[in-house]
Amino acid sequence: MSALTDDTLPVTPRAMRDEMIVFALMAVLLGLVPLTGIYPFFVMQALCFALLACAFNLLIGYGGLLSFGHAMFLGTAGYCTAHALKVWGVTPEVGILVGVAGAAALSVVTGFISIRRQGIYFSMITLALSQLLFFIYLQAPFTHGEDGIQGIPQGYLFGIFNLAKPTVLYYVVLAGFLAGFLLIYRTINSPFGEVLKSIRENEQRAISLGYKTDQYKLLAFILSGTLAGFAGSLKVFVAQNASLTDVHWTMSGEIVLMTLVGGLGTIFGPVVGAFVIIAMQQYLAGFGQWVTVIQGVIFVACVLTFRRGVVGEIAHFFRRSL
Amino acid sequence: MQALYAQLLVGLINGSFYALLSLGLAVIFGMLNIINFAHGALYMMGAFCAYFLLNLAGIGYWWALIIAPIVVGIFGMILERTMLQWLAGLDHLYGLLLTFGIALIVQGVFQNYFGSSGLPYAIPDYPQIGDWRGLQGGINLGFMFLPIYRGWVVIFSLVVCLATWFLIEKTQLGAYLRAATENPTLVRAFGINVPRMITLTYGLGVGLAALAGVLSAPINQVRPLMGADLIIVVFAVVVIGGMGSIMGSIITGFALGVIEGLTKYFYPEASNTVVFVLMVLVLLVKPTGLTGRAA
Repeated sequence: MSALTDDTLPVTPRAMRDEMIVFALMAVLLGLVPLTGIYPFFVMQALCFALLACAFNLLIGYGGLLSFGHAMFLGTAGYCTAHALKVWGVTPEVGILVGVAGAAALSVVTGFISIRRQGIYFSMITLALSQLLFFIYLQAPFTHGEDGIQGIPQGYLFGIFNLAKPTVLYYVVLAGFLAGFLLIYRTINSPFGEVLKSIRENEQRAISLGYKTDQYKLLAFILSGTLAGFAGSLKVFVAQNASLTDVHWTMSGEIVLMTLVGGLGTIFGPVVGAFVIIAMQQYLAGFGQWVTVIQGVIFVACVLTFRRGVVGEIAHFFRRSL
Repeated sequence: MQALYAQLLVGLINGSFYALLSLGLAVIFGMLNIINFAHGALYMMGAFCAYFLLNLAGIGYWWALIIAPIVVGIFGMILERTMLQWLAGLDHLYGLLLTFGIALIVQGVFQNYFGSSGLPYAIPDYPQIGDWRGLQGGINLGFMFLPIYRGWVVIFSLVVCLATWFLIEKTQLGAYLRAATENPTLVRAFGINVPRMITLTYGLGVGLAALAGVLSAPINQVRPLMGADLIIVVFAVVVIGGMGSIMGSIITGFALGVIEGLTKYFYPEASNTVVFVLMVLVLLVKPTGLTGRAA
């Protein structure tokens, strides 16, 4: 069986340098967005999904675990943050902490259950768990069912930054995204990340070398779920609502699609994929259900002809790792 | 007690759909190493096929029961020939992603033309023999009133499941199939056309899903998303039962349907979630599933 990402190159100083250049370029370009007149809400939304897709990619691209239920972290953190902000009236930083803690707690529980099976079963279990959570949120009173939690106050972050101002909010979201991205980058290039890759390549061998692979997988799952939750908390400030859409399986599918389009197991792929898919949804919003059809076509086309994704193809062409 | 029996019957009916669908998933997984995410969409196509046959061509339920699985089965075989076969040798996960894409396409197209509301499909009222009007009406069993159509769905599904089990476990063709599941290269060396068997297997699994769709059309109405949520429950059923044994899939499917029905009676709030909760419990106690081999 060929691995999901067959040409990850070893980390060399040159690769590290390439990646840092691309990262700096990305940070500068994103930092300039408010000056260009591009609709900031579109970019903020895309940044939240980019972080979400990066968190998802940590699991599939480096751990070989395809989670089909990552929307549950997005939605759970969203509900926790929204509830804390609106009902408890806490400050934004506490709201984010509550959301991230909620997602972290959920990822400990769901991770413990789902890593008990591998491969295809893992995907089905995560999907089933997220559906279980969807039905719980549908009936739980604090989520307000079909209506969701609306009109969430944005408040002042650390008492200084007024999040109701789009430009301020934009830089806060951008800072959150970059911090999350760097954390993932650090994880991938740490000894922990190397063990994770070895588990993806050959779990039996990793076990025989003495690694407790279940613990590594669980930790990766928790990290991925927590970061996905962080993205969900940030998204609450952008969208100012938390609804069932964020927990639905279609959302999990979109996360998978973003990462697949950008390139599974590439560092920058999920970011590119998230921008592509969010832009597509924005421009094709008037076409109703055809958006679903187009997403399906992209899935099929990617799997059949374009398995490396946009960034993966570029990296392969230049023989670099990106 | 009436309500309890009624919920048990509903549970048995859902159980028959779980059994038919998880059976198809297991057979397909055995041969193609693919979890067919499009299974729910193909189940929906079966129901729509019956609807079109009735409303466009005037062809009724009994013929639809034969024609729809064949038509959808052929559609499935075309999918297998044009797309799925290229995934041989790749990671299992690509099969899941590809079939997920196919499901989105099929469901999206149907939603475009038919929205999200249900289209009615009447219970057949022929053949008429004496007082019997096809499968309409019901029988008073003394302890409960049994709608004939619902009884028919349970019995017919059970027969189809057992026939599939017989085909795979007891016939020559089934022996080839099981052999090819174990070792396709060796079976090919014996002169058996394994790629064609793979295509036919996919057609068979898809046909079973379409058949379940036709059976459910008069009960659940015909909706573009009728299979979307069902397939996730069926995934949980598959995780609980494991995909190692055909009989295991059948028994798990029916058993979970019954448990779901009982939950609807005793604690209705949990009826949507009980299968998933059971999946969690099974994973904690016996991670390989009830009948499955380690995967």
